[in-house]
Amino acid sequence: MVKPPHAVVRCFAAIALLLAASSVCAEGDGASAKLLRSTSDHTKFKVLQQDFASGPEVTRACLTCHTEAAKQLRLTQHWRWEYLNPDGRRLGKQNVINNFCTSVASNYAYCTTCHIGYGWRDASFDFNVDENVDCLVCHDTTGNYRKAPGFAGQVVTKDTEFPPGSGNLVKGVKLRPIAQEVAKTSRDTCGACHFYGGGGDGVKHGDLDSSLASPDRDLDVHMDALGNNFTCATCHMTQGHQVPGSRYAPTAVDRGSARLRGKHYKTNPTTCQACHGQTPHKPAVAKLNDHTDRIACQTCHVPAYARGGVATKTSWDWSTAGMMTADRKPMVRKDAKGRVVYTAAKGTFGLAENVIPEYVWFNGKVTYTLLGDRVEKGPLPTRISHFEGSADDGASMIWPVKVFRGKQAYDPVNKTLAVLHMAGTDDTAFWANFNWEKAVAVGMASVGAPFSGTVDFVETESMWPITHMVAPAKKALGCADCHAARGRLDKVSGVYIPGRPGDHAAWLELIGAALVVLALAGAAIHGVARLLASRRRKG
Amino acid sequence: MASRACWHHGGGKGDRVSRVYIFKRFERFWHWAQAALIIALLVTGFEVHGSYRLAGWERAATLHTQAAWALIGLWVFAIFWHFTTGEWRQYIPTTERLDAMVTYYVSGIFTDAPHPFRKTRLSKHNPLQRLAYLLVKVLINPLVWASGLAYLYYNELVAAGIAGPGGLSLGVIALVHTGMAFLMLAFLIGHVYLATAGHTPLAHVKAMITGWEDLEEAPADDAAAAPRESSSAQGATP
Repeated sequence: MVKPPHAVVRCFAAIALLLAASSVCAEGDGASAKLLRSTSDHTKFKVLQQDFASGPEVTRACLTCHTEAAKQLRLTQHWRWEYLNPDGRRLGKQNVINNFCTSVASNYAYCTTCHIGYGWRDASFDFNVDENVDCLVCHDTTGNYRKAPGFAGQVVTKDTEFPPGSGNLVKGVKLRPIAQEVAKTSRDTCGACHFYGGGGDGVKHGDLDSSLASPDRDLDVHMDALGNNFTCATCHMTQGHQVPGSRYAPTAVDRGSARLRGKHYKTNPTTCQACHGQTPHKPAVAKLNDHTDRIACQTCHVPAYARGGVATKTSWDWSTAGMMTADRKPMVRKDAKGRVVYTAAKGTFGLAENVIPEYVWFNGKVTYTLLGDRVEKGPLPTRISHFEGSADDGASMIWPVKVFRGKQAYDPVNKTLAVLHMAGTDDTAFWANFNWEKAVAVGMASVGAPFSGTVDFVETESMWPITHMVAPAKKALGCADCHAARGRLDKVSGVYIPGRPGDHAAWLELIGAALVVLALAGAAIHGVARLLASRRRKG
Repeated sequence: MASRACWHHGGGKGDRVSRVYIFKRFERFWHWAQAALIIALLVTGFEVHGSYRLAGWERAATLHTQAAWALIGLWVFAIFWHFTTGEWRQYIPTTERLDAMVTYYVSGIFTDAPHPFRKTRLSKHNPLQRLAYLLVKVLINPLVWASGLAYLYYNELVAAGIAGPGGLSLGVIALVHTGMAFLMLAFLIGHVYLATAGHTPLAHVKAMITGWEDLEEAPADDAAAAPRESSSAQGATP
């Protein structure tokens, strides 16, 4: 006969069982959470269990299962860096000249570090090769995937000295573990390029910088890492790799209502209205809903940009570039906060945080000054890109914009913006030689444009929509920010804003004030006369 | 006429002065509530307009809207009251003795001349008052009301195709509203000043509070008697 276990033993056994059960339970939760994230565990795929020697090798492996992915990607603006404007002009990174680092042409090996492909070294790049699509740059989850500048978007897999003979070592990236952990895009993957547009953190957009990788609620109420935790794709709802919401094709006005599941939409899903509709404000502040026909949500709800502690560039003067120190080294100057405000390579910068946007009527049309368009020095700056719109075209809303002001090279004889050969190890690149004529000659030649041999500098202006860094409602603009003298919308014309003295009819103010003064004076004079008359009678 | 002098100096021989109940309870309530609301509307309205900063724009706009709705409610009651009681006749304009009123304010008031108008229950307002109040009621009030509602419901007007680009603009609506506000303010100043022009500086105010007005040799029978339907417009005759 088996003796029944002693009570103490039984008790221990029970506790042990309980502990075991609870730990199984905990493991089960973790496992199921991971399990429910995806139907595929990429570590289990044989094709990914190899040491990849190059980026395209990884892509080939990806395509064995995701057979149509590269074809989808090859349709995108992310791939082609080209956009056909409704006015018929060819835009996109490949074609425009901006007033930051100016142009991709003749600088491919550096600029295409941010291309979603491998090997776009010059204009001869073949856009039809599937394996040149870079899957990892968007789908990495490890944070270890890096593409170093100068390699035309190729990922360096072995430690490499670059530029050769410089003593600079670019560390090789181990692709196998990265390929085995791929998943959906994140703020980090999109941000790897979009936070750093213009050549550095927060430089270009002002409403996109590395602070959005893990923002708090005040910085962005949607991307709030401990709250809503939106990724970029939550709004930029991507289907078949076609990412909506490009600034090249902006939706300035969305009169639609909030989207319903199951319903088919052809409109831009990235707009505020796509989720919030036309009357997003609660009954207590219902008057605000009367603003949604004329004022973009961003105007009030992005009260300032560059709010996350990263300064954005506000201006860039290329004309001062090239200064050397006494010991013939390229000069660098910093401001009181230690931020670089001058380099010999790039000239003089303006930097700012918590920048109040400028406000313009915007109907979604953007006009550009492209290579070959007539550029002349004048009282007004050349409009590199300009938001069109007016109060009475029936298609505009008041938008917040970043206006980026610069001074950049142009050909004063041919009267066109210049393509600059900035980056490279050759003798003509500006960043190696600080010679404008050589840099422009090579730059213009690379696109087959004529060059007179003379370089001058012209003031330019570009516009950028402000739409990220949406503050919580409580930190949005208040009434008095616009309904006031010298308010936010002081320079926006064509609309009557109560409380803005500029909108008053001067004649009515004059007549009204005169009437009131006359009434007061009449009462005063009459009253005093009565008083005096009454005293005289008494006396 | 010696007794009039007594009135002006606040003395008086009681035998020649009678008290008449001129302003009924609702009328007094209406007057003072309206006064408070109009002053509140002027103060907040000119802040919303951008003439100064006081409560802050948002609070001013909110208070302005709330006061406007309260005033509209009050007006609805007042209009009802005026028509059901026949009191609207108090505002039928007359030129009779209008010149006498003007002469009185221009010279008589300084020399202690007798007031050319004697209040009765059936004729509370002197011809100048009739004219001024009528102007308020048929010009300022309706335009302030209409432009104010158009201001509040501008978006709905745009949606209905009545306002918007090419049509009625918010600027025009605001212009009318502001113009009426200036007129209302000028009226208020004149009204408040003339309220001191009774036989004592506070006599009119007191009457507006208590409802009772001191009257010279008031034909008490008249005042208390059955209404004389046809006499309301002639009440100015002493």
